[in-house]
Amino acid sequence: MKKLVAAACALSMLLSPLAFATPESDALLQEYRTEGAGKADPVKGKQNWERVVEMDGAQMSCANSCHNSDFAKDGKHHKTGKVIKPMSVKVNPERYTNIKKMKKWFKRNCNDAWGRDCTAQEKADFLAFMLAQ
Amino acid sequence: MRSQLKSMLLITALVVTASPAQAEESLWSWLGNPFRQKEFNPVSNAAYREECGACHFAYQPGLMPAKSWQKLLDAKALADHFGENAELDADTLQEVRTFALENAADKSYYKRARKIAVATENETPLRITEVRYIKRKHHEIPEKMVKGNKDVKSLSYCDACHTQAGKAVFDADTVRIPNYPDWDD
Repeated sequence: MKKLVAAACALSMLLSPLAFATPESDALLQEYRTEGAGKADPVKGKQNWERVVEMDGAQMSCANSCHNSDFAKDGKHHKTGKVIKPMSVKVNPERYTNIKKMKKWFKRNCNDAWGRDCTAQEKADFLAFMLAQ
Repeated sequence: MRSQLKSMLLITALVVTASPAQAEESLWSWLGNPFRQKEFNPVSNAAYREECGACHFAYQPGLMPAKSWQKLLDAKALADHFGENAELDADTLQEVRTFALENAADKSYYKRARKIAVATENETPLRITEVRYIKRKHHEIPEKMVKGNKDVKSLSYCDACHTQAGKAVFDADTVRIPNYPDWDD
């Protein structure tokens, strides 16, 4: 029985990756759904986060070119050297609290890293992954 | 005679303090403000400071002429801002652009801005490092202290050495070059 409860707990934790969602991130996810996104998938988000692409001869990835693969630590912009505050909402509670900002940076960063806008689904996946960290 | 002088002083004081043109840029505040006219108009717009400063030093608009800002702060141009996507929503862009244009070198009464306005009369620099006046001011600094200095790297990182750059003060007395503590102008 205990095992079953533990398994259920583990399962429910897996199923609710948005443990650190903010009202704003919820609203944004809702918006992505109206734009056609299905269920936000943190596993897919993680894959995209770690995906390495070549841009102008440089190996770029979210995890290493600008942000830190450790969400609790500062990142550093690969070109400008600008320090980018931690992505973890636990460490940096200001993250994910401004819809306008979230949209702005998704737009810029998708274009910088992949050379195109991200789809609603991709952004939803990213959010689900990032909020779970 | 004395009362004439007094009334003249009074009129001058009234004109300087009560003028409707109390904005930073007005001729009156320039005349009435002997300390700040030396440098640049500081960045007094929150959107400008936040949006530009999110990625790099928020360059005072007085560092380049209006024609430069006009080219840079354009919706299309910002999509490829020196290789980075720096797009802004229309309202924010409008605010940032207006602030830059109204405080550009050729619109400013601040001394350094005036010098930059003169130095850029026949050109439209798009980078701070292309501005003739700025180049001239730095040309005696050895390359190893800037390009070869891992904590500076380029003249574009104003605040790497200009400790008061954020307050629009670029005076030589306020310069501290990282890793070269003994440097003196």
